[in-house]
Amino acid sequence: MEITTRSLWTLVHGMGFGALYLLACSGAIVLLYLRTSTDGQTHALPGGDRFLGLYLTAMAALAWLTVLSGTYIIYPWYRAAAPAGATNLAPYPRALLLSHPATRQWHLIGMEWKEHVAWFVPIAITMAAFIAIRYARDLRNHPQLRNALYGFVITSLFAAGVAGFFGAMLNKNAPVDGGQTIQLVHGE
Amino acid sequence: MNAQSTIPQDNHSAIPNGSGAAAILSAGVGSFAVALFAIAADKSAFVKDLFVFYKPTGALSGETTVAILLWLAAWVILNWRWRKLNVSLPRVNLIALVLLGLSLLLTFPPVGDLF
Repeated sequence: MEITTRSLWTLVHGMGFGALYLLACSGAIVLLYLRTSTDGQTHALPGGDRFLGLYLTAMAALAWLTVLSGTYIIYPWYRAAAPAGATNLAPYPRALLLSHPATRQWHLIGMEWKEHVAWFVPIAITMAAFIAIRYARDLRNHPQLRNALYGFVITSLFAAGVAGFFGAMLNKNAPVDGGQTIQLVHGE
Repeated sequence: MNAQSTIPQDNHSAIPNGSGAAAILSAGVGSFAVALFAIAADKSAFVKDLFVFYKPTGALSGETTVAILLWLAAWVILNWRWRKLNVSLPRVNLIALVLLGLSLLLTFPPVGDLF
């Protein structure tokens, strides 16, 4: 069982940072509700306000790691130009997608949207983490701030979902592969 | 925008809402900047070349770096001006969410290509 370094980075970017962010989003929405609800029962949880701030900060770290690894590690491999006359386009995912009418739109719509929409995620969640830390318990007294937090966290979930979906489909149609091979398990 | 008026809607709060409003509005501005720069680079070869900060990543490196710097600058300036104030949050939220919605729409290639 083996994996190439490029595949491993793609895995870390998508299944590690990105998927973890998507999973964390539902937790963030529930936490926001519990910590900012005017229902007195949830107020008693010790350290809960601090936990919300830490949770959103961890999400912001995940979001930044996802976009930075995607933009500066994986994207250059994806968009590498194929040499003139190359017949095997497998090491050049962008060129491979553009070479077939059936796969062109995965790049023209999928990657073109993904590469930009993903950047809304760290912006939105960094803002949410800042507000959760700055206002902490006082967030309950700011209903409009809470509304904005919900709006931005849900939008970040949508943007991360778009990026994740197209990332998975792009990698299915034209995998980012190559580099050194890492032996995970030796065969008999 | 008359954002510096005292708004009584967030009652019983110890911390003014200005810092939060600054963070929200600047997030909208930063997102919109990503979309705006993406369209500008797509429409103009000159702008596209200007945004190539890191060649392997192409114009995306400059579009996002400049947008992030703009977002942070807007955040610092707005926070400095509003940190001790209660501002009109419904208006700030509306503007920020409209900017965010427009950003999502404008980065969607079939819409961005209309310009």
